[in-house]
Amino acid sequence: MSTVLTNITKSYDSEKNVLTDVNAEIQTGEFFVIVGPSGCGKSTLLRMIAGLTPISEGEIRINDDVVNDLPPKDRNLTMVFQSYALFPFLSVWDNVAFGLKARKNTSQAEIEERVNDALKMVNLEDLKERKPRELSGGQRQRVALARAVASDAKICLMDEPLSNLDAQLRIKMRQEIYALQRKLGLTLIYVTHDQVEAMTMADHIMVLHDSKVQQIGTPAEIYKYPANEFVAGFFGVPPINILPAVKISDGRLNVNNDFEVTVDQQVPTDDLKVGIRPNELMIEKTDELHANATVKTIEFLGDEKIVYIKMSNNDLEVAAVVASDAEFKAYDSIKVSTTEKVLLFNGDGVNITRNAEDAVNA
Amino acid sequence: MELDERAVLKRVFNYMILILLAVVILAPFFIGIWTSFLPTMDIAKGNLFGTNVSLDNYVAAFTRTPILRYLANTVVIATITMFAQLLFCSMSAYAFVFLKFRFRKTFFTLLLITMMLPFEAEIIPNFATVKQMGLLDNYAALIIPFLTSAFGTFMLRQSFLQTPAELKEASDIEGLNHFQFYWHIVLPYNKISMITLGAYSFLGAWNQYLWPMLTTFSNNSRVIQNGLKQLQSEETFNDWGMIQASAAIIVIPTIIVLFIGQHYFKSGMNEGAVK
Repeated sequence: MSTVLTNITKSYDSEKNVLTDVNAEIQTGEFFVIVGPSGCGKSTLLRMIAGLTPISEGEIRINDDVVNDLPPKDRNLTMVFQSYALFPFLSVWDNVAFGLKARKNTSQAEIEERVNDALKMVNLEDLKERKPRELSGGQRQRVALARAVASDAKICLMDEPLSNLDAQLRIKMRQEIYALQRKLGLTLIYVTHDQVEAMTMADHIMVLHDSKVQQIGTPAEIYKYPANEFVAGFFGVPPINILPAVKISDGRLNVNNDFEVTVDQQVPTDDLKVGIRPNELMIEKTDELHANATVKTIEFLGDEKIVYIKMSNNDLEVAAVVASDAEFKAYDSIKVSTTEKVLLFNGDGVNITRNAEDAVNA
Repeated sequence: MELDERAVLKRVFNYMILILLAVVILAPFFIGIWTSFLPTMDIAKGNLFGTNVSLDNYVAAFTRTPILRYLANTVVIATITMFAQLLFCSMSAYAFVFLKFRFRKTFFTLLLITMMLPFEAEIIPNFATVKQMGLLDNYAALIIPFLTSAFGTFMLRQSFLQTPAELKEASDIEGLNHFQFYWHIVLPYNKISMITLGAYSFLGAWNQYLWPMLTTFSNNSRVIQNGLKQLQSEETFNDWGMIQASAAIIVIPTIIVLFIGQHYFKSGMNEGAVK
């Protein structure tokens, strides 16, 4: 009982592939997020699962049945669109009931019960007579959710459902969607470009980039043991600092000619990069003689500060998170160093940190 | 102060021009309506400001001429033409937008080409066809050539293209077939364009003159515009008052349709033409 993608490939006009060799197993009842920058093929992948876009190569199985050639309606799933795809001339109630009525295998009484339940679940009971144009963005989003809830399909696909909402509403709807998914036991496949959405909601995340799967894992795995430089850079705000490094001796690296770090593993001699999360970076004020960087700007976030720093060598910029009472100002001379919790990447950007490799292979 | 005066003068001048133009355009219309209430003798004498206003002309038009029959003929033909065009144009427009088939673009180009031929150019072949089929002097002759229209298909296609693709995809997932999608979603979504085309084709059929003149010769199928012409020559002495009354009767449905459709007409026509 799961959705299995095997060697999925999509190409238009035999030119560059939009997606290459995607493999994944989505467990029943899990919240699976497909995330990646725009143009990485994530929506295409979702639409292939839905059956709206034909598959060039590979196989999709839902509950052990190959569904490659099944039309969308026979795949027993629902979809929530970015633009909500509501019918503007129907009331909220009729919008939710529409699919059930069209399928014709549900009795009138059951339709009413399901629609009313679904509207209750998304708190829209009072607005059921309204037309979509009389609703706010968040309410329209809820109608689209109710439509998915009212259907008896156990797989729900969502294509960037929150990207048309403002920031506060997005956080609220995020929680509502998560709660709904848990309550109904839906298998939810959710596409987004927002790494925060992915991190906060997912059971498993698939990171897509450059038409390939970069990594699949739980949010914690992906944050702590990113498979490569791209994944490391995609998750976390502010993003991880990537700096070039040179081996001095076993277990000792020189980072960007600015400072040194001890690592507990064998490393190749050249073509090495170090990834340091902003909260692992340590900075202290010092005189110009001992400084290896200068402060560029500071962002005050309330409980902490983000300090943007210009390194002395190679014109590189890094970000560090410090306590909000730390006193830094622009153009301060500072000395940058790091804890030993760093990630190592080889010349191709692959994560070669020892414990990371263990985790990925496990 | 001076500036204010100039602004006022400018406004007065603008309104004078507008009023003048309105009078020029509307005067014949109102003179027509006015004379329809006057006795023919007054009209003949040029006495347009008589006081013998009455509805006699209207009574005469309805009782002494077959104008009711003409009206009925026209209403039937215009209504059938309107519904047929709405149905067939929307169906073919649906095919051009939502169905994928080979040579779709080619077929659409062919359709556009037929739009460029004026109807007058098709009159002789159409007449020959209708005659061969034995449909002369019959409703069918007035309806069949106008069951569908290239312009209507074109206009609805442009409108259907604006239907969001997500609605189609959502319907696919809900399991709607093409007919359900067409009937339950595309038509309601494009209601305004449908109303526009409906008004347009109704008025088009109502105002037909040349084609009915060629294909009908009896009161059984004669339509109103030709009937009006008939009134003029049927009598040895032209009863202008009654003719005016008939003309007023004919114009009324047009005005009603225009009033109802006025709002939609503007936006609808642009939607069909620009994009």
